[in-house]
Amino acid sequence: MNAIGLSFFVAIVGLTLFVTYIASKRTNSASEFYTAGGGLSGWQNGIAIAGDYLSAASFLGIAGAIALFGFDGFFYSIGYLVAYLVVLYIVAEPLRNLGKYTLADMITARFDQKKIRAAAAISTLTIVLFYMIAQLVGAGALIQLLLGIDYWIAVLLVGVMMTIYVLWGGMAATSWVQIIKAALLMIGTVLISILVLWKFNFNILGMFTEMKSVTANGEAYLHPGVKYTNGLDTISMMIALVLGTAGLPHILMRFFTVKDAKTARSSVVYATWIVGIFYVLTIFLGFGAAAFVGSDAIIAANPAGNMAAPLLAQALGGDILMSFVSAVAFATILAVVAGLVLSGASAFAHDLYGQIIKKGKVTEKEQMNAARLASVGVSVFSILLALGAQTMNVAFLVSLAFCIAASANLPVIIYTIYWKNFNTTGALTAIITGLISALVLVALSPNLWAADGSMAFTGEALFPLTNPALVSVPLGFLGGWIGTLVGARADQRKYAEVDVKANIGLK
Amino acid sequence: MANNIESSVNSVSSLEKRKQNSSKSSNLRPSPTVGMTNYSAIAESEEFKALKKKKNKFILPITIFFLLSYILLPILTSYTTILNNNAFGDIAWVWIYAFALFVMTWVLCMIYVRRANEFDKDAEKIFDKEKAGDYE
Repeated sequence: MNAIGLSFFVAIVGLTLFVTYIASKRTNSASEFYTAGGGLSGWQNGIAIAGDYLSAASFLGIAGAIALFGFDGFFYSIGYLVAYLVVLYIVAEPLRNLGKYTLADMITARFDQKKIRAAAAISTLTIVLFYMIAQLVGAGALIQLLLGIDYWIAVLLVGVMMTIYVLWGGMAATSWVQIIKAALLMIGTVLISILVLWKFNFNILGMFTEMKSVTANGEAYLHPGVKYTNGLDTISMMIALVLGTAGLPHILMRFFTVKDAKTARSSVVYATWIVGIFYVLTIFLGFGAAAFVGSDAIIAANPAGNMAAPLLAQALGGDILMSFVSAVAFATILAVVAGLVLSGASAFAHDLYGQIIKKGKVTEKEQMNAARLASVGVSVFSILLALGAQTMNVAFLVSLAFCIAASANLPVIIYTIYWKNFNTTGALTAIITGLISALVLVALSPNLWAADGSMAFTGEALFPLTNPALVSVPLGFLGGWIGTLVGARADQRKYAEVDVKANIGLK
Repeated sequence: MANNIESSVNSVSSLEKRKQNSSKSSNLRPSPTVGMTNYSAIAESEEFKALKKKKNKFILPITIFFLLSYILLPILTSYTTILNNNAFGDIAWVWIYAFALFVMTWVLCMIYVRRANEFDKDAEKIFDKEKAGDYE
């Protein structure tokens, strides 16, 4: 690590700690801690959503996937972007109108029962845990490469930083870390893209022509089918991507940081533009890395392709650009894991402790203590798991998190808002069926089973798809429907309230 | 705590006090008792039903449209090769399709905001009627 590289890292750590210090002065109530008092503006929350969403998996993973697999890598960019339409059209405004801090708040606005809150909190915690381990394992491996330090030190470094942000600065600090990171990430990506285009003489048609011959895949590189050859598996993965975003707890939580549905709406619009532009630029990152770094060098640095973007930066702009991009990647990881800690802590401290164990009878001080304690708990627990999970496949953990979000959370969200006859039993069965079917199907899938012993277990996979969303999402909806038929009649007056609140935001 | 406020709300009868209380007790459970927002009456009202119908008529077809156009891409790429033909130079149709999905996302995003602002105006009218006590 050279002096320039070190100074970028120190600058980012310093800036984020400064923001945390400022935020800590006003983080003195549960509402400030979980939602920054609901005081963020549309553009602030929009950029923060983008910062929360564009994880290391997006920046490093997609760039690497496009570099190695051409169009097949771009599938992720498409799915992650179109997902925002689901968020905007179906979820964002009713969620803002009904909820307070968590997804469980929104569902229990209609069905005020402890078991439903508990089920929603458990599904939130499961998603957060898988996503968090994925980010921490990825972060550890990456920082290990970038800084040349041991894996466990790298994980610990990220873990300590995220705990500091959340513990002292709550949602205000987390949001600003995400805003700073989104800005840095866009600057870095635009810069690299311009350099790549410059190398291709700003001729997009020429770039495609040249890409036909630079990789070992030849013309196939520009067509789908290099990586994804199983049609059902591809479709299943695309379903998980487009429907999962609207059920991710750390994204949903961001909608409580604004004052009303109108602001929630405008924040999705900002986020969609930023995220969309970023994903268009992933083409240049990927093509550039394939052309100017080469797939052999990319795979040599990291078999999954995660080093493609930093290596491209080095090839185009030398050590300075490489250091900048590495520092951006570091900030990216910090911003995402901080958001995850916060959503995990809210499920623990607000849902399980505050509302279920203490039945909502908690003082402001008790709430804050519980929230801080839960943040430390979630952090420590995930750091420990990440230290033991070094060899786990990160992409598999992320797609699993999306799949659970799409299967366990989305059906219950949609039914709660839009279905008049949906009832308590249905809410419970929707969450449980979605959660369990996603987990069980993954446990039986080729992610864990291989006949040649290359996976965790040796033997034929009982379930053929790597991503089970094609089956588990319909099962989640079906579970909720059957539960509703079996259960007691819905309280129509309660639905009238939810319906009115969700649609026009009347409190 | 909730019961206390609710009973105090019940005990006030003047319209003026009722309105003050209903704005304060926004986080309470609704009930058809005097002074609380009567959600059932709003839900049954013509203007609310009309707004909901308008919203659903806008949201449902567009949602079906974008989900179908989206999922058609992996279906076409998995089971046909028609998108592998070149559209411009060496840029195949699959890239054009993908880019069209990006444009679709941005355009639908803007359309949503424009329509949602119209819905806001209708919602405003319902707010005003509620404040005037028309849904008691």
